[in-house]
Amino acid sequence: MQGLIGKKIGMTSVFDDNGKNVPCTVIEVGPCVVTQIKTAERDGYEAAQVAFDDKKEKNTTRAMIGHFKKAGTTPKRRLAEFMLDPGETVNLGDIITIETFNDDTWVDVSGTSKGKGFQGVVKRYGFKGVNDATHGQHNRLRAPGSLGASSYPSRVFKGMRMGGQTGGTTVKQISLRILKLVPEHNLMIVKGSVPGAKGSYIVIEK
Amino acid sequence: MDLLKVAEQTFAVDNEVPDFKAGDTITVHYKIKEGEKERIQMYRGVVLQRRGAGTTETFTVRKMSGNVGVERIFPLKSPFIDKIEINKFGRVRRARLFYLRSRTGKKARIKERRF
Repeated sequence: MQGLIGKKIGMTSVFDDNGKNVPCTVIEVGPCVVTQIKTAERDGYEAAQVAFDDKKEKNTTRAMIGHFKKAGTTPKRRLAEFMLDPGETVNLGDIITIETFNDDTWVDVSGTSKGKGFQGVVKRYGFKGVNDATHGQHNRLRAPGSLGASSYPSRVFKGMRMGGQTGGTTVKQISLRILKLVPEHNLMIVKGSVPGAKGSYIVIEK
Repeated sequence: MDLLKVAEQTFAVDNEVPDFKAGDTITVHYKIKEGEKERIQMYRGVVLQRRGAGTTETFTVRKMSGNVGVERIFPLKSPFIDKIEINKFGRVRRARLFYLRSRTGKKARIKERRF
């Protein structure tokens, strides 16, 4: 399996072999159940859909209950599709654990970033604002500045970066090194940060 | 939170440290790498605070170097800490001794704890 679904547990820091203090994120990965198999004949591509984390049957739609029943499993919260490893075959209801990952390799992790509400351009796009509080400035400390030229083009170009809703979007953090895998507890420890809040679902890809 | 501790424990290095608190005077034997060579530096002062938990716990040591106050923050689980020696147990009434920063001389003394 080229990836799995997981849950962000939190961040900490550990000391590596050189004594360096390394920031890291702890992720609970899987175990995931195969709920659907996509084949080249029927779907045009080869992949497997997996599900993670139990949820109550009363909170599940009838359609989804049927979908999980087909795979012989209980209702789950999160579904995701992954390509298979070369030569790998899976069956419905198979349980995929963290062992698909190897120590000391790199993974990409995607999730929903923390929502930050309506933010100005300084936070949203890293504009500098007006760096002076004095020299005749007033109210301008975090202002975006000019939006463009004047009579030509006489309009603001589309896509001009302005304030707006920030965060809460899908973000992918690429090439995070796996520092350690703890298969007994389904834990993966990667170097660096991962999008989202503690307890949020994330997708880990090789 | 529990799983976070499990993860931290897989990295745990057992460097035994004595049980010291804010107000104690300690000597930290700290390994310093200079190129290839390694030597041990001693740093003695009063513990201002211990903060954090698990592998991220740190402590702050303040000493007077001549006329200048020097504070150094050490990670408790740092592999560079060779040894921690307790020189004096202090009797203090709070866990964070930031008030020591504004005191010098006789006023900056800490009473010794008796057992």
